[in-house]
Amino acid sequence: MSPSEDRFGDAPYDGPMLEVTDIKTYFETDRGLVRSVDGVSLTLERGKTIGIVGESGSGKTVLSRSIMGLLPKRGVVREGSVKFEGQEFIGIKPKEMRAFWGAQMSMIFQDPMTSLNPVMKVGNQITESIREHLDVSKSYAMELAENLLESVRIPEPRKRLKEYPHQLSGGMRQRVCIAVALACGPKLLFADEPTTALDVTVQAQVLDLMAAQQRERFMAMVLVTHDLGVVAGRADDIAVMYAGRIVEKAPTATLFANMKMPYTEALLSSIPKLAHDSHTRLATIPGRPPDLVHPPKGCKFAPRCTYVQDKCLEEEPPLTDLGGGHQYRCWFPVGTPGGAAALEKNRTSASPAPAAAVTSPVGGQA
Amino acid sequence: MELTKTVAKRLLQLVIVLLFVTMFTFLLIRLLPGDPTTTIIPFGTDAQRAVLRQDLGLDKPLYEQYADYLTNLLQGDLGKQYNSGRPVIDLVSQSLPVSLQLMIYAQFIALLFAIPLGIFTAYRAGTRSDKAINTSAFALLALPNFVLALFLSYFVGAQLKWLPTGGYAPGWLDQFFDSSRSPDLIEHARYLLLPAITLAVGQIAVYMRLLRSDMIATLQENFITMAKAKGLSNQRILWRHALRPSSLTLLTVAGLNVGTLIGGAVVIEVIYGIPGMGLKIYQAVFSKEYVELQSYVVVIAVLFVLVNFFVDFLYTVLDPRIRRARAS
Amino acid sequence: MPELPDTGVDDEIGSGPTATEAFEREQHEFGGVAGDSGLLQVGAIEAGPASTRRRGAGLGFGAWAAIGWMGFIILIAVLAKVGILTWGDANESFASCARKGPLADEGGAKGFLLGCDSNGRDMIPRLALGAWTSLLVAVGAVTLGFIIGGTLGLIAGFTGGKTDTILTGMFNVLLSVPVIIMALALVAFLQGASGEEGALSPEMILIIAIGVVAIPLIGRITRASSLTWAQREFVLASRAQGAKSRRIMIREVLPNVLPAMFSIALLAIGIAIVAEGALAILGVGVRPPTPSWGNMIALDRGNLFKSPHIVFEASLLIFFTVLSLNLLGDVVRARFDVREGGL
Repeated sequence: MSPSEDRFGDAPYDGPMLEVTDIKTYFETDRGLVRSVDGVSLTLERGKTIGIVGESGSGKTVLSRSIMGLLPKRGVVREGSVKFEGQEFIGIKPKEMRAFWGAQMSMIFQDPMTSLNPVMKVGNQITESIREHLDVSKSYAMELAENLLESVRIPEPRKRLKEYPHQLSGGMRQRVCIAVALACGPKLLFADEPTTALDVTVQAQVLDLMAAQQRERFMAMVLVTHDLGVVAGRADDIAVMYAGRIVEKAPTATLFANMKMPYTEALLSSIPKLAHDSHTRLATIPGRPPDLVHPPKGCKFAPRCTYVQDKCLEEEPPLTDLGGGHQYRCWFPVGTPGGAAALEKNRTSASPAPAAAVTSPVGGQA
Repeated sequence: MELTKTVAKRLLQLVIVLLFVTMFTFLLIRLLPGDPTTTIIPFGTDAQRAVLRQDLGLDKPLYEQYADYLTNLLQGDLGKQYNSGRPVIDLVSQSLPVSLQLMIYAQFIALLFAIPLGIFTAYRAGTRSDKAINTSAFALLALPNFVLALFLSYFVGAQLKWLPTGGYAPGWLDQFFDSSRSPDLIEHARYLLLPAITLAVGQIAVYMRLLRSDMIATLQENFITMAKAKGLSNQRILWRHALRPSSLTLLTVAGLNVGTLIGGAVVIEVIYGIPGMGLKIYQAVFSKEYVELQSYVVVIAVLFVLVNFFVDFLYTVLDPRIRRARAS
Repeated sequence: MPELPDTGVDDEIGSGPTATEAFEREQHEFGGVAGDSGLLQVGAIEAGPASTRRRGAGLGFGAWAAIGWMGFIILIAVLAKVGILTWGDANESFASCARKGPLADEGGAKGFLLGCDSNGRDMIPRLALGAWTSLLVAVGAVTLGFIIGGTLGLIAGFTGGKTDTILTGMFNVLLSVPVIIMALALVAFLQGASGEEGALSPEMILIIAIGVVAIPLIGRITRASSLTWAQREFVLASRAQGAKSRRIMIREVLPNVLPAMFSIALLAIGIAIVAEGALAILGVGVRPPTPSWGNMIALDRGNLFKSPHIVFEASLLIFFTVLSLNLLGDVVRARFDVREGGL
């Protein structure tokens, strides 16, 4: 199946493949309404990768599942618009979504051990997807599965087909999950922390593999992670999420070179670097993510921000568009005179600003 | 190699348990009061009783009796029913298939209802239908099954006269035990339907709740989300993905029930007049036929142990992780 | 495969842990014990709470109704036994009333709100006195079972090793003999042992028989609970402090095992009531004219066709009592069940 061929045989849609507009996802709980995703917009073209970066609790996982539509209906409020090739997802019946899942879009989950059915053979888990969407015989499906395993660089693929997940290593399991996700040739791949549960040595391999597959198949990819390092060389655009909102979005190079949000800066500086001396204290972002049921007034990151001023605690900063795909929300952005002044003011005063983890604006390197 | 070692170890355990079980049964029967000779020949003379006692081997020391008993057992000699002189093995082959069939039907009916209900209530957990079904199941557990038996036999049997309330006709299993008993399947079904339903009802409630509980937990697992993300239908996910990992507890309990019910559901058999092992045991206790009783209990206990052994084995089939864990 | 009905509620499968539901996962370690005497209920012990009510929601209507019912029954039983309020004589026969139900229009049933049994005895005082007998036997048996079985189980789970293997082996061997048969054999033995004069009352015999049968069952459950607690770190900490084993067992493990055991006890009492009934039907147990719910059913089951009210009334009482006990057992367990790990 050629990548550019539209599965349904219609004329190919000429807008962005994925268009998310102001999506909101709230959960009804005893404590109140949890605003996990509170107005996120993004677009994605085929063949491109967007990295969604944030701490745990930022809403990044909920976002990816909400876009794909995998959340339950009961107790969940989902608003906004998600258009895939012009088709609106929000509001359609689950039965209709099933035609997309696996065939048009897939997801790779964080923990490969629990993502695979422990009592089902690996081969069957792959062919199941194939036979659901494609009208092929069992043996043909198995052949396809074997080819898939080979393409994800699993040695002895034929043998592996008959094995169970617990017989494989973590890295191999994740490759199997990739194979399952790619089985029907989807156009869009969601990867939710795909390497977090893996050994460091294996992480790069798996990421490279995913990138290679993406190129080959001309897929779009949404790469969700808490680790900026993961998206650094692999995403075309990066969206930084905090407390259910995107606080900065930019093409990768721009983001690293010219970040504006203090949060982005803090994230970056918390990555340990080889260049640092040993025993350099690891920079952290003090404090905890805000309560999503009763979020604070003003900028959500303000209580933990080193640049914080009174205005930040009062008013929510609007979205500023710098052009070239760079957007951010901040009153006192990094790298601006206003921002530098704010930072200096906090550093020298005895005001109850959080301990400075960043002592000077970081510019430039990735 | 590892597999044979495991199997060998288990077989050894099996033999030890069987040994203890037979010993225990032997002692248990000896506990029963009363001199069997007085019951068997109530009007006999002392001399006659002495002869009888010798016949029955009651005058030998206990360990000798046990040794004899064990030897006989291994040769398949289950002794004789003294009153009629019939070999117990005949009585067993007459009544065991009855109880077995009853049990099989009861389990089948129970699982037939419990599995879909369990899946449904897990799938719809928290909704009104779930609560309604759960509450009914809970209430059903409080109903003693002899009460149900009495009422069913009254309403369906006596009032409506749809089904008979006592008696038996051979089914498909009896002929393997005694070739002269040819199946009369329709009558067989008519006689056993009510007792099987009575037995099944309580079990449905238990099984359903067990399955529901495990399934609810399984449905939260990541691989279910993954299956959903593959675009599979809910039916397929429930039956093909969620059911198997959730069925372990159900299997344990069902297996144990099978083992226990082999002995015949005594009260049910008594109420419905089904000539199974349960009824025979009941009669043997009251007619103080100790040899007969002992053999029955041994047969049941041995079968029970064997069934448990088998259930254990089934585990490894259902969950390959256990297979691996055991082998290591 | 059979299609599950789609009730129109949107599908929930595979959407991952939701923020709204709070399902409790029960630890299943042992299977139920079946038997037509209603011992299937043991399987229900492990089946999880009947409701998914969130913790801390206060006792629901059901729980209060159950407490009310139990209180009512216990009160009636005690009053009937002590002789304060007997609502008539349990032993007096009224020929005119024999076999007449509460709805009988002929003169005989007047004044007998619940009718009479086949011997013309008023149902009300008999049921009240029967409550006493049935409860006495059930509570006695369960107590016996817990004292011996609970202790053995506690020791087995805590001590482990050879002791545990031997005790578990004993339990398993005892359990391989069907429960009814054990009970029958025990009753027969005890009846013989107590001789012609009856040194042991029938109630006592029943208590011992059902109690002994319960020992391995309760022993296994206690052992499982004890085992779980004994592996916790605070036990290890205690040992590190130099505490003696027995002390740890009694002061650290036992208090944690008790709440779960209390819940099991409530359910067990219900099971014992039913067991008494089953044994009565087999012709064993409390002898008439002393009434017990079980033997009232057994006595007049032959009259089911003509006078169903007898069996019906006693059955209804058993049903509600067991239902209440099950509910309360569930509530107790839900209250005291400490979740490991989860906040």
